[in-house]
Amino acid sequence: MTLGALNYGELSVGKKLAIKYFSVAMVLFLAQMLFGLLAAWQFIAPDFLFGFLDFNVNRMVHINAMVVWLLYGFIGSIFWLIEDESGVPLVGAKIAEATFWVLTLAVVIVVLVYLFVQSGPGETATLWLINEGREYIEAPRWTDIGIVVCMVAIFYNVLATFLKGQWSGISGVLVLDLIALAGLYLCGMFYTTNLPVDQYWWWWVIHLWVEATWEVLVGCIMAWGLIKTLGARRKIVTTWLYIEVALMFGSGILGLGHHYFWIGTPEYWLGIGGFFSALEPIPLVAMVVHSVYDAGKHAFRSNNHPALAWLIAHAFGNFFGAGVWGFMQTLPQINLYTHGTQWASSHGHLAFFGAYVTIVVAFIYLALQKLRGDVWMSGGLVDQGRKWKWALVLTHVGMVGMTIALLIAGYEQSFVERAIGGSTWQAYFEGQMRPWFVEAMWWRMAFGVLMTVGVVLLLWDFLTIGAKEMKPMLEVKSLDEEAEDVQVGEVGVAAQS
Amino acid sequence: MAESYESQWWVSESFWRKCAIFITAGMALVLVFLTFHTLYAIGAGADAGRVPAYSVINYRIDYVPDEERGHLVPEIGPMVPLFGEVMSEEDAKALVNHGKLTVQARNCMNCHTLLGNGAYYAPDLTKAWLDPGWGNEQARELLMTMFLKDPVTNARTFGTNRKMPNQDLTDDEVRGVIAYLKWMSAIDTNGFPANFETLPQDGPVYEPPSEASEEGAT
Ligand code: HEM
Ligand code: HEM
Ligand SMILES: [Fe+2]
Repeated sequence: MTLGALNYGELSVGKKLAIKYFSVAMVLFLAQMLFGLLAAWQFIAPDFLFGFLDFNVNRMVHINAMVVWLLYGFIGSIFWLIEDESGVPLVGAKIAEATFWVLTLAVVIVVLVYLFVQSGPGETATLWLINEGREYIEAPRWTDIGIVVCMVAIFYNVLATFLKGQWSGISGVLVLDLIALAGLYLCGMFYTTNLPVDQYWWWWVIHLWVEATWEVLVGCIMAWGLIKTLGARRKIVTTWLYIEVALMFGSGILGLGHHYFWIGTPEYWLGIGGFFSALEPIPLVAMVVHSVYDAGKHAFRSNNHPALAWLIAHAFGNFFGAGVWGFMQTLPQINLYTHGTQWASSHGHLAFFGAYVTIVVAFIYLALQKLRGDVWMSGGLVDQGRKWKWALVLTHVGMVGMTIALLIAGYEQSFVERAIGGSTWQAYFEGQMRPWFVEAMWWRMAFGVLMTVGVVLLLWDFLTIGAKEMKPMLEVKSLDEEAEDVQVGEVGVAAQS
Repeated sequence: MAESYESQWWVSESFWRKCAIFITAGMALVLVFLTFHTLYAIGAGADAGRVPAYSVINYRIDYVPDEERGHLVPEIGPMVPLFGEVMSEEDAKALVNHGKLTVQARNCMNCHTLLGNGAYYAPDLTKAWLDPGWGNEQARELLMTMFLKDPVTNARTFGTNRKMPNQDLTDDEVRGVIAYLKWMSAIDTNGFPANFETLPQDGPVYEPPSEASEEGAT
C-alpha cells in the first residue's frame, strides 16, 4: 500500500466490490439531486418541461434514485466490513461480482424506461414492464424479481462468509436484519384492486424498512464505525446495539399503525399507531447518547475526522429528522390535518438525509482512507480539511433550509387547505397560492441549489481526500486493548476480541 | 470501580440480547395477528362496512357527519348508477380494476395523493368524486370525462397555472378511472379529510324498469 495513492489493486475482493457499489451510489446521488431540482423548479414554474418531462417523472426518478443509492451504500458497507468482521475473505466472490453487474444493469434499464417510456396503457403488462405506479417502489415487476434474486445472492455471500469465519454480536444482528429487510420487499410485489389492501402492504415495505430494518442495519454499521474510528469497546457497543434493536423494533413494528389512520383500516390503529410511533424517538435518543458518549470518552481522538463528523451528524440527523419531525405529525389528532401535506415532505427529507445519507457518507470516508493506503485523516490535512468541512456545512445548511421551508409550507397548507378549506380541489389551490407557500417554494429551491453545491464538493473531496497526505493513519488504541492491559479476564467480551 | 457496575444485569450483553429477541418476536406476533383481523375487515364489501363492495358505484355516495363517531363518514344513498348503467358486482369490479390499473400505469401517485398518500403537487383524490368543483350531480360525469380526456384545456388551476398533463386516456380508461374514484370516495377513512363539503346531489334517482315495460320489451 502506498500512502496517498489509489491502492485499489491491493484491496481484498470484498473491499473492491464495496468501492464499486459506492461509486454507483454516488452517481445516483448526483442524479437524485438534479431531478429533485427539476421537480422543485416545476413547483415555481409549472410550464417548465411540461408534457415532456413532467413532475411525476422527475419525482419518481428523484425518490427511486435515492432508495437505490442508499441500498447500494448499505450493500457496499456490508461488503467492506464483512471480511474484517468475520476474519475470512468473502465467500462466493464471483457470484458477488456478477450480482453487482446484473443489479447495475437493471437499474440503468429501469431509469431509461422511466425517462423515455414513462407510462403505459392501463393494463397489467405496464406494471410488469414499465412502471408499477406505487410511490417508492415504482420499479416494474420484472425488476422486482431481479432485485429479489440479487438480494438472495448477496445474502448468500454474507451468510456463507460468517459461517466460514467467526460470528460476533454485530454480524448476528446484521444477518437477521437482512432476512427481514429482503423479506419485506416481497410485500410490495403484488397487485390488487382493493386500494386499502394495497396501501396496507405498501406501508409494510416503506415503514418497516425505514423505521425498523434500515434503522437496525445502520445501527450495525454505526457500531462497527465507532469501533473503527474511535477504538470504542466492542462489549459496550454490542450491548448498546441490542438495546437499540429492542427499542427500535419494540416501537417501530407496531408504530406502523401511524400509516393506518385514514386508509380504510379499522379504528384500533388510531390508538396503536399513535401510541407506539410516539415511542419511536426513544431509540433515536439512545443512539445520540451512545455515539456522543463514545466520542467524548475518547476525547474525539479519531483516526478519521470526516467519518466521525458524519457519524455524529447521523446520530443527530436521525434524532431530529426521524424522531422529532416524525413525532410532530404522528398523533392522529394532528395527523388528520397534516397528512399528505408538505409536512410529510419536510419530514421525509430530513429523515432520509439525517438517518441514511449521513451514515453512507461516513462509511465512504472510512473506505477511502484504506483505499489511499491507510493514510492520515485526522486534524491538519493538507487542505486544512476545507473541502470536507465545507461539504458538510453546505449539505447540512441546504437540507435544514429546505426542511424549514417545507415545514412552513406544510403549516400553511394544513391550515388553509385541510382545516379551513376541507381539502377540496379549490382549497388545495388556495393553499398553494398563499405567499407563505409560494415563498417557501423559492426558499426550498435556493437551499436545494446550496445543497447540490455541497454534494458536488463532497464528491470532489471523495476523489481527492488523502491524495497528498504523507503521514500514515493515526493509531487509535482500542479501548478493548487498554482494558485488557488493566483488567485481565473480563467476562462476556464478544466473540471477536 | 468499573467492576462495580459492569457486573450488574442491566449492562449485561446477554440480558439485552434476550430482550431484543423477545421484544421483536412479541411485536411481530401482535402485528401478524392484527394483520389477519385488518385484512378481514377491509375486504371489499366485508361486514365491517369499511371498504364498500365495488357495486357501490351503482349508488349515490355522500360524506356526512356522524354524531356518534364525531367526524364525517361515507353514506350510501339511493341508486344513482354510474353512467346510468346498473352493474353487477363482477362488472363493477372489472371497471374499477381497469381504473386502478390505469392510475398505476400513468403514475398518478407521483403528483396526487390517494387516501392522503403520494405526492403533493396536485389535489388529493380521496373524495375527488364528491368535489364541489364538479358543480352538481347531473353535470359531474360529463365534466369529469371532459377533464380527464383533456386536462390541459379544461384545467381549473385557480391562478397557479399548475396544469395536469394530458394522459391520453382512452374512453374505457376514463370510465374506469371515474369508477375507481367513485368507489374510493365510499371508503370509510375515519373522517379524513375533515371538514370536506360535498357537491349538491339532488338529481334524479334510478327507477327500476316496471314489470309491465320490462315485459313489453321482451
Ligand atoms: C429514518 C427514519 C424515517 C424516515 C426515513 C421517514 C421517512 C418518511 C417519509 C418519506 C414519509 C412520507 C411517506 C409518503 O411519501 O407518503 C414519512 C411519513 C411519516 N412519518 Fe416518517 N420517517 C422516519 C421515521 C419516522 C418516525 C420515527 C416517526 C414518528 C415518530 C415518523 C412519522 C411519520 C408519520 C406520522 C408519517 C405520515 C405523514 C403523513 O401522514 O402524511 N417517521 N416518513
Ligand atoms: C437539491 C435538493 C433537493 C430538492 C430540490 C428536492 C426536491 C424534491 C421535490 C420537489 C419533491 C416532491 C415533493 C412533493 O411531492 O411535493 C421531493 C420529494 C422527496 N425527496 Fe427530495 N429534494 C432534494 C433532495 C433530497 C434529498 C437529499 C433527499 C434524501 C436523501 C430527498 C428525499 C426526498 C423524499 C423522501 C421525497 C418524498 C417525500 C414525500 O413523499 O413525503 N430529497 N424532493
Ligand atoms: Fe412510518
